[in-house]
Amino acid sequence: MAATTHTPAKHDEDLPGHYGPYGGRFVPEALTSALDELDAAFRAAIVDPAFAAELAELERTYTGRPSPLTPAARFGELCGGARVYLKREDLNHTGSHKINNVLGQALLTRRMGKSRVIAETGAGQHGVAAATAAALLGLECTVYMGEEDTRRQALNVARMRLLGAEVIPVTVGSRTLKDAINEAMRDWVTTVDRTHYLLGTVTGPAPFPELVRHFHSVIGREAREQMLADAGRLPDAVAACVGGGSNAIGIFSGFLDDPSVRLHGYEAGGEGIETGRHASRFSTGAPGVLHGARTYVMQDEWGQTVPSHSISAGLDYPGVGPEHAWLHDTGRVAYEPVNDAEAMDAFAALCRTEGIIPAIESAHALAGAIRLGRELGPAGLILVSLSGRGDKDVETAARWFGIDLSTSPDGTDPR
Amino acid sequence: MSRGLAEAFADARSEGRAALIGYLPAGFPDPEQCVELVVDMVAAGVDIVEVGLPYSDPLMDGPDIQAAVDQALRAGTTTETVLDTVGALTDAGATAVVMSYWNPIERYGVERFADRLADAGGHGVITPDLTPEEAGPWIAATTRRGLDRVFLVAPSSTDERIRTVVAASSGFVYAASTMGVTGARAAVSSAAPALVARTKALTGLPVAVGLGVSSGEQAREVAAYADGVIVGSAFVRLILQASDRAAARDAVRRLAADLAAGVRGNRACG
Ligand SMILES: Cc1ncc(COP(=O)(O)O)c(C=O)c1O
Repeated sequence: MAATTHTPAKHDEDLPGHYGPYGGRFVPEALTSALDELDAAFRAAIVDPAFAAELAELERTYTGRPSPLTPAARFGELCGGARVYLKREDLNHTGSHKINNVLGQALLTRRMGKSRVIAETGAGQHGVAAATAAALLGLECTVYMGEEDTRRQALNVARMRLLGAEVIPVTVGSRTLKDAINEAMRDWVTTVDRTHYLLGTVTGPAPFPELVRHFHSVIGREAREQMLADAGRLPDAVAACVGGGSNAIGIFSGFLDDPSVRLHGYEAGGEGIETGRHASRFSTGAPGVLHGARTYVMQDEWGQTVPSHSISAGLDYPGVGPEHAWLHDTGRVAYEPVNDAEAMDAFAALCRTEGIIPAIESAHALAGAIRLGRELGPAGLILVSLSGRGDKDVETAARWFGIDLSTSPDGTDPR
Repeated sequence: MSRGLAEAFADARSEGRAALIGYLPAGFPDPEQCVELVVDMVAAGVDIVEVGLPYSDPLMDGPDIQAAVDQALRAGTTTETVLDTVGALTDAGATAVVMSYWNPIERYGVERFADRLADAGGHGVITPDLTPEEAGPWIAATTRRGLDRVFLVAPSSTDERIRTVVAASSGFVYAASTMGVTGARAAVSSAAPALVARTKALTGLPVAVGLGVSSGEQAREVAAYADGVIVGSAFVRLILQASDRAAARDAVRRLAADLAAGVRGNRACG
């Protein structure tokens, strides 16, 4: 296999942990030393060949990496006839890209001599991944989840408990992902001497955005090589959904230094920007500080966080990773909203054309690919980050399409 | 204009005691009662009042203050309410500072916030999630308007960190007594005396201890080694539990008097 020759993307990092004016650390002083410790452990680990070897071995034998690159010819017909390739993070153990970050951070936890991890989760995908890695490495695990989400995602709550994790429903604030993060931070500040906060995406105080990106950069590294090998050239465009932005930064990181490759991030447009019920930070948000970093935040005129909405729990967050804020402002990545309805159309299309049920998060990227393909036409070459599989979303999708979940065979057709 | 922070601490010191600092979020239980209750606190012996700016994501606060700011926000409290509250307290003769998470100040405008707060008679701001490294524009704005900046130190802070924090601070330094969030506790953390000693070795500024103080007895204990004692959740909890307005006033006055006796090294008078 050809060695990767490109260098990591450069940023205007005049200050460590900053991306232009974004990022940084806005945390209680009590957490500063833990973040310093994490930063030091991370920097030591990434230059330690033994750490890289152990992680690579886990990726190969446990996650199932490299994840395949799948040509999606029938889906491509719906994309203006463009050639479409899917980067199959849905085939990873636990069903999404989340495992990449979780294994890396769990190994770091052990290196720091800590015995417990905590995590926040919305839909439960990151919580399940964290519980999985904790079980594998013999760490204690507590997952904070909005009470509302524990009800909607009862199956994932059961998965986490089967894996030995404690799941704590969060009943304060808006009882959603953002409040789960607040509770995880409160736990962390109290137990930091033996606990690592296993943050699930490229948000939060430095060094989290850089660290989580590092563990997901394998997506872009593999995808770039696979595109060159299978498609014979670099893609014209890369499409990824953007919740906090970890799968997107992972795949984008392989192409940031290739100026010919257009990068597109798709946020949740929810019920439509005009309804106010969405998670489009770049359409309606403004720079501000949330959960320890300066970034685009959905907020009111007083700086109070505005609740987000999306059919996809994984995109339902009022902030976004600070590096994305910078990539937005510099114009290197274009961010657009995709509404629930457009995402669900793309969801159904992939099911029917490729026999792949995607996560609803990933369906936002598929909808983006349809837009891009219609613009690029049959000469176009598009790479899509298929960040996760749709097993967790079957109930939501069935409800959306009016499929009867009872055993009687009289459900209506999704088309 | 009320006396400033330095003066308030100096006055307490000249009486051979620690200063007492009381916290309530603006708009809690409503804007008018907040002012009434804080004025009661001052009458009962609180030296400096800390007006909280209610924020949607108070990740350094425990359940009592979360509940209070939630209530205040749902009732429509805004940054203007906070500034009006400071104005009303200043008119009543109180030395007031604001305690705020960073985003509402940044959103309001750093310069504009400093101007409005100084015009309202406020003396400074405690910023629990702003570290000196990120505070460049804030330091400039507060310096321009003569406002004090209170940053925090914690038991986990290294001496090097403490040096950075005290260099950026003025008025006083807030020593978070424990690794944790706000909330009344049965005992004040055993980490607090060592943290105060380490901090005082590195600065001439007064050092006040917050997080977990809820009784006159605890205030007395803390006053033996710190220049100030900060009490928030204990007041908030009493107000949350009070059956009516009169009961809330009564409970707040009694706690303030108990704490005031404590910082004077006295036992509660009953
Ligand atoms: C399958 C899948 N894709 C995407 C996301 C969004 O996260 P991020 O933007 O960090 O990739 C999630 C989050 O739960 C997810 O489960």
